[in-house]
Amino acid sequence: MLDLLIEPLQYGFMQRSLLVAIIVGIICSVVGSYLMVRRLALLGDAISHSLLPGLAIAFVLGMNIYLGAFIAGVISAVIIGWIHTRSPIKEDAAMGIVFSAFFALGITLITTIQKSNKIDLNHFLFGNILGVTGAEVRDTAIIAVLVLLTVILLYKELLFYSFDPLGAQATGLPVQVFNSGLMILVALTVVASMKAVGVILVLSLLITPAATAYLLVPRLHQVMLVGAGMGVFSSISGMYLSYYYNLPSGPAIVLVVSILFFLALLFSPSYGILTHSKAIVEDK
Amino acid sequence: MKAMTSRSATEANQPMGSVQTIAVHHLSVNYRSVQALRNISFTVSSGQLIGIFGPNGAGKSTLIKAMLGLIPSVTGSVMFDDRPLTQQLERTAYVPQRSQIDWTFPATVWDVVLMGRVRKSGYFQRFSVTSRRMAIEALERVGMAAYRDRRIGQLSGGQQQRVFLARSLAQEADLFCFDEPFVGIDQKTEDVLFSIFRELVSTGKTVMVVNHDLGESITQFDHLILLNRDLIAVGDRATVLTLENMTRAYGGYVSFFSENAA
Repeated sequence: MLDLLIEPLQYGFMQRSLLVAIIVGIICSVVGSYLMVRRLALLGDAISHSLLPGLAIAFVLGMNIYLGAFIAGVISAVIIGWIHTRSPIKEDAAMGIVFSAFFALGITLITTIQKSNKIDLNHFLFGNILGVTGAEVRDTAIIAVLVLLTVILLYKELLFYSFDPLGAQATGLPVQVFNSGLMILVALTVVASMKAVGVILVLSLLITPAATAYLLVPRLHQVMLVGAGMGVFSSISGMYLSYYYNLPSGPAIVLVVSILFFLALLFSPSYGILTHSKAIVEDK
Repeated sequence: MKAMTSRSATEANQPMGSVQTIAVHHLSVNYRSVQALRNISFTVSSGQLIGIFGPNGAGKSTLIKAMLGLIPSVTGSVMFDDRPLTQQLERTAYVPQRSQIDWTFPATVWDVVLMGRVRKSGYFQRFSVTSRRMAIEALERVGMAAYRDRRIGQLSGGQQQRVFLARSLAQEADLFCFDEPFVGIDQKTEDVLFSIFRELVSTGKTVMVVNHDLGESITQFDHLILLNRDLIAVGDRATVLTLENMTRAYGGYVSFFSENAA
């Protein structure tokens, strides 16, 4: 049994990809907890799909493609907010409009570019974790440190803001700054996760571990911790499944995360559908 | 419309020290193209329980939010002790309408009360021993200390409102603003709310309460602000609760509740 766990680690590419998978599992769950409680799950999806054109443009200009992707993600969030505040269009519609437009632009650009360059659209859509380089591990780790430090240092302010934005604003907290900061954290996180699971499936790592933990524990920091544990467990087991059964890594991780969620949905001590007959509680 | 000024009789009961006032001048708020509040001006002295009344859509919540700078106003200023209120928000505590809160949020009673100490604690600081003690005392004052570790979604509406009251107490504010605190709560909670409002007022704090209920509880307020997008009347109960004012505010739909309310 131990051999089974150790065997893949003799390969450098497996060490690197496991490391990235673990880091991504942690930061996605932490940042995703905010998205879940603020009912902004769709925003995570929107920002991740919007990375593509920035990535393509950066590639053409010879810039760092992750920086380009990050900028595109932030711009998409700004445009969504702008449409939402300057017109009667609701936020979810604004998200749908912006992210599909960005996504289409990104696919168009990358398809054009990849005719004459070594760049593969599929790697961005579905991830290419086995191809992670040492530099990418380092970049992912830097992003993770930034994200986690921000969340830890501003935890009590972010808790107040995400629970009761008006009440927080009324005490003079800069909620607009928090709002933009949260968008930036989301953009950083999805950029860091792009290599692991790709822009299409990253939503799963953002939302599902947080939602699973929400069914199990009552406080936000516990949701983040338990969620991060679920994320790490899923990342590792997904990678091993993919190694031994020759499955695509990103989807394997996502499938493990999803199975954990359904187990919690059925068997959670406080909300489980099978363990708690009056599971529909609390006024929505 | 001209600015109405009122210094009520209770001013004489002010604790020693400077007389604090809240002065609203020419406050107007638009929601897109609709005028939600038109040129509201009034002055109230602090240390009073102030009720903001008016029909649905009169702009009662809007008035509170605009005063605190939570929504933009087109014109106007709001002064608290001769300084802009929005520059001293650490002195205010605001409790939003229950419907504004996501009660399924993963937070316990303790988490919510401690939010009242966030601003006082400062960035990058943990909650101090003092903050924790104040949070516990606030919970005890509203009779919710036993529910400290309960998830907020498991409480009744009245209990939830008392937790928010405790949060505002923990803020050590000078100005308290409550938006529709009596909606969906039990009699016990209503009694707790009014008795704590009274305690606050007796120590010189100012409590502003948005309320649409014209029932018996109206007699609890020292000072009334009657709104219907325009300021209809402001002053003590006898000044505000006239048939003419009520007809202007409610458009004649209200058959006046009880003569002795004023």
